Amino acid sequence: MSVPRYWREEKYRYRLIGSRCSKCGEIFFPRRLVCSKCRSRQLRDYKLSEKGRIVSWTIIRNPPKEYEKYAPYAVGLIELDDGLKIISQLVDLEPEEIKTGMRVEATFRKIREEGSSGIIEYGYKFRPVIE
Amino acid sequence: MNLSRDVALIGAGMTRFHNKIHADKTSREIFLEATLEAINSVDKNFEFKDIEALFLGTFSGDSFENQAHMAALMADWLGINPKPAIRIEDACASSGVAISMGAMAIASGLYDIVMVGGVEKMTSLDTNKVTDTLAMAADNLFEVSAGFTFPGLYASIATAHFAKHGSRWDQLAAVSIKNHYNGSLNPKAHFQTSVLDVAKKMGESRGLTFKDEMEFLRSPLNPVVAYPLRLFDCCPISDGAAVVILAEAKKAKRFTDTPIFLKGLGQASDTMCLSNREDLTSLKGTKIAAQQAYKMAGVKPKDIDLAVVHDCFTIAEILATEDLGFFPKGEGGVAAEEGRTAINGDKPVNPDGGLKAKGHPVGATGAAMAYEMFKQLRGEAGKHQIADAEIGLSHNVGASGATVTVQIYGK
Repeated sequence: MSVPRYWREEKYRYRLIGSRCSKCGEIFFPRRLVCSKCRSRQLRDYKLSEKGRIVSWTIIRNPPKEYEKYAPYAVGLIELDDGLKIISQLVDLEPEEIKTGMRVEATFRKIREEGSSGIIEYGYKFRPVIE
Repeated sequence: MNLSRDVALIGAGMTRFHNKIHADKTSREIFLEATLEAINSVDKNFEFKDIEALFLGTFSGDSFENQAHMAALMADWLGINPKPAIRIEDACASSGVAISMGAMAIASGLYDIVMVGGVEKMTSLDTNKVTDTLAMAADNLFEVSAGFTFPGLYASIATAHFAKHGSRWDQLAAVSIKNHYNGSLNPKAHFQTSVLDVAKKMGESRGLTFKDEMEFLRSPLNPVVAYPLRLFDCCPISDGAAVVILAEAKKAKRFTDTPIFLKGLGQASDTMCLSNREDLTSLKGTKIAAQQAYKMAGVKPKDIDLAVVHDCFTIAEILATEDLGFFPKGEGGVAAEEGRTAINGDKPVNPDGGLKAKGHPVGATGAAMAYEMFKQLRGEAGKHQIADAEIGLSHNVGASGATVTVQIYGK
């Protein structure tokens, strides 16, 4: 990914920010410029809930090149407490522990390095909630 | 909605889909091979110059071969200049969409005869880079960056389907066993060996014996790619091309006494990110595209004699047979296990081996489905012929369902 393209997304990835339609209240992640529910353009930044539950998951054993050193790793779809679904890596757990419905929370992690001289990307991953 | 002029298939050709036999060719040679077969398959009076336009579905020559502008290249290479050539890219549904675009061009009255094809030469890159290229069809910013791959996306669909509908991996394996068996009957298929024969062969060289397919499929010789999907749940990387010739229905009679008619078509889009879907266990695009196609054709799911569906992963076939209305939601896996989708079942699905065994040169898949429809409905499908097939359905999906196209064909 090019440096400016990455920078533009930083805010959303670092702080888990999506958008909320001021007209109909629908929330989105990734962010949008047009509400796909009511078509309004009155979308504002919206801080997503950082906790949720796993609705579906898998273990990636044949990863893309940039993720090789993490493999095998878990990924999943998480339904956040505000009802929105998000896709993410699942960390700090063993594959055998993962269950649909498990409570997880967002954590700030390194995502990937672009070669030896490229940028290092950071962002969110999800880990089990200790309650 | 109806097409304002009826459209027929008058010819079809395809190369064998394979990962090795096209090694010394580029997509030009592969596409030409399919084109010549399509032209030779027209019963009478057909000449190259009858082609008025080319609609080409191809996913990513840009990345696979450093070659974009593929439609113009093929028109030049086939010698049909200055006829217009249009490239259509909708990921794995590229040539399925191209068929609809070609049909619409005829229905509009602009052309009477068009050629629609698809081609992909994937094996010039190593597997890692192929995976990266295919991942371009997912949302780069929010799916790929989470480390997702296509097997990963479909694996998540599978775990959701398991959790919601109680389906099991054994049912996925049943799809794989069936499609490999069907592939063994299809000389154009990438894999022409049944799972049982693969088990024997791989077992022999390792001094192992397996009592049946399932024991083999549960063994480490069938490694997990992305839980619950194992190697035999995934379609292979293949090279290949397929071409069909479409004609306005009345003109079609000039070229053949047995044209196959495009009775209905439908297409839908859905969110790029899987996470933005309400229900992970269904492709909404399939349901919508199918409803449109059924309505236009005036048929119901029960009327379909055979279907070729987009089984890029075994779970995808289960989803498709449910979303197309063949079986109630959640019962696609049971139907596969009971043999209802087998070549001799009450609802044969993927008698050609499907993407699983026939292979999946991404951009060629939709056109290869139309090829199968042409052959089956004319009774020319050889060993995998479905007896008395009158109405067929093809279902082609882009990525994880952001594009879906459905076509219904009849005699």
